[in-house]
Amino acid sequence: MSGSTVSKKKGPKRPAKAAAAVTAEQCRDWYHQLCLLRRFEEKAAEAYSLGKIGGFCHLYIGQEAVGVGVMAALREDDYIVTSYREHGLALARGVPARSIMAELYGKADGCSGGKGGSMHLFDVSRNFLGGHAIVGGQIPLGTGMAFAAKYRGTDQVSVSFFGEAAANIGSFHESLNMASLWKLPAVYVLENNGYGMGTAIARATANMDLFHRAYSYDMEAEAVDGQDVLAVRDAMERAVERARTKSEPTLLEMQTYRYVGHSMSDAAHGTYRTKDEVEEYRKRDPLVILAAFMKKQGMIDDDGLKAMDDEVKAEVQEALDYAEQSPDPAPEALYTDVYAEDG
Amino acid sequence: MVTMTYRDALNEALREEMQRDERVFLMGEEVGEYDGAYKVSRGLLKEFGPMRVVDTPIAELGFTGLGAGAAMVGLRPVIELMTWNFALLAIDQIVNSIAKLRYMSGGQVSVPMVIRGPNGAALQLAAQHSQAFEAWYAYIPGLKVVMPATPADAKGLLKSAIRDDDPVVFMEGEMLYNLKGEVPEGDITIPIGSADVKRAGSDVTIVCHSKTVAPALKAADRLAEEDISAEVVDLRTIRPMDTDTILTSVSKTNRCVVAEEGWPFCGVGAQVVDNIQRNIFDELDAPVIRVTGEDVPMPYNKRLEKAAKVDATKIVAAAKRVLYLE
Ligand SMILES: Cc1ncc(C[n+]2csc(CCOP(=O)(O)OP(=O)(O)O)c2C)c(N)n1
Ligand SMILES: [Mg+2]
Repeated sequence: MSGSTVSKKKGPKRPAKAAAAVTAEQCRDWYHQLCLLRRFEEKAAEAYSLGKIGGFCHLYIGQEAVGVGVMAALREDDYIVTSYREHGLALARGVPARSIMAELYGKADGCSGGKGGSMHLFDVSRNFLGGHAIVGGQIPLGTGMAFAAKYRGTDQVSVSFFGEAAANIGSFHESLNMASLWKLPAVYVLENNGYGMGTAIARATANMDLFHRAYSYDMEAEAVDGQDVLAVRDAMERAVERARTKSEPTLLEMQTYRYVGHSMSDAAHGTYRTKDEVEEYRKRDPLVILAAFMKKQGMIDDDGLKAMDDEVKAEVQEALDYAEQSPDPAPEALYTDVYAEDG
Repeated sequence: MVTMTYRDALNEALREEMQRDERVFLMGEEVGEYDGAYKVSRGLLKEFGPMRVVDTPIAELGFTGLGAGAAMVGLRPVIELMTWNFALLAIDQIVNSIAKLRYMSGGQVSVPMVIRGPNGAALQLAAQHSQAFEAWYAYIPGLKVVMPATPADAKGLLKSAIRDDDPVVFMEGEMLYNLKGEVPEGDITIPIGSADVKRAGSDVTIVCHSKTVAPALKAADRLAEEDISAEVVDLRTIRPMDTDTILTSVSKTNRCVVAEEGWPFCGVGAQVVDNIQRNIFDELDAPVIRVTGEDVPMPYNKRLEKAAKVDATKIVAAAKRVLYLE
């Protein structure tokens, strides 16, 4: 499976890496997570349509293998920053579904106390340091966390997630240059889902091989099948190893696709892409790919898969009930957390 | 007390804080091998090495954001911007990330960092290099804005800024770096948010900050020659503003002039005037008058530039107007 990773590096080609070993237990865990991310987002969409969730709400449906595969290669003390499309990333990092759902509801028990919302999920206890809603804004922040790890001499790694459209903004280029120049333990996870809102990559990006951009900064890079959780995990392990042991950054271009609209306010297809295109990509659904692999390996059967999905559905329902019952933040919360002394 | 320049006072504050706390590092363009574009960081690379005194590429957005990320996970960066004109390249990180991370995270994230450099005009640097931006940052909840006018204040306030758990916009002045003054010895800090009465008086209050403090004191000297006693209040911190000190002074003098280097529209002085009229309207014997830079981009021509800037003569004239003497 991990043969689907395309390794493109400058200079002499390295021998192809053998697929890292994988156990049935790991696969079951990943499948559980993929289901959780999928069912959570479906539930969030439902709640949004009922007016329970406000503001912008960007779903991760279709891209789940990226989040699950990347997180699988990380340690608890590694740092993570993301864009606003981060519900699935927070879940894959282990932020409880209930505190994410409560945050989408704007409730006091939300992971950001109801003050962040869908685009600003934070859980400092898991070094999940934010969804950020200015395109590219999180990339220098993640770079700074890598700088801090190097400064303190720890072997922590910092991971910055962002979309392919963010690779056209200055902060991306400034960050990659500094990370390579100063040899920072950073991994840049570019989730190329083909679109920035309604703008197809071909309409905004001169060189569509985005991982090539790393070469301008003398940085290692790979293009990865982002629908295949194993391929993602394997590529991420290589990048993490490079960061941890050699303090060198990597750009990973995860080739993926979102099956839903840019946010809850636009349709899955219509103006900027066709239904056929979406259907075509749905054939490479990350859940289907992992399920097929597990079945082929004899790790699970259809009943087992269904049981897991049912378990997840109950978990997501529990998260929703929790969010429904959580109180609004106290009125005084309006004025706290502006400055340290506000408590 | 030791006499030293404003530049050396900042240098001492940086050195002492870097000696005291290993989490403090300095990052910016030309801060290391070049010893600082304005030599504020002279000698620091030699003493602390390249991990703690970091020369950057010309990438204001990138390295300001990098500093913020390091601050989010517990370091205490001091980010030097060659001037605040160039901070416009970094303002997305300052406003959209740095000022809001604590709030957006429901109080989980702190960003203890200082962003510092010279603000406002020097001499004949023309429109793009002669701008005062304090009102822009003071507008933003989540930021503190500190603007010392003397060497002693520069040292004491920079130390406080570095120790603060919130992001501090710290504005200096190219025209202040050579200013000499007495600085107390030892580890002296000055609290952020406290104004200072630089000269006591009874007839009129002149509220000023940063580069208008010196012309305000000069104006007070000239007014004294005409038996007018002016009190000079140096804000020192724009946000949080020390309203109490302003109100106490104006309640005593009943007349007030506010002088600032920046443009008039939505300037810092507008906020001072609002604080005064809202709180002590009945104490006023005359409308408050503002003295500001002229409402134009800064011209290059020497005469025109002088005409655009605040000086003691303009402050004296304003003081006489609030005293109905002119
Ligand atoms: C600086 C900035 N410009 C514009 C926007 C509005 N906007 C939000 S998401 C988006 C598209 C970003 O696409 P991409 O980086 O590919 O991420 P994706 O949404 O596909 O995950 C745009 C234009 C913004 N939030 N920030
Ligand atoms: Mg995209």
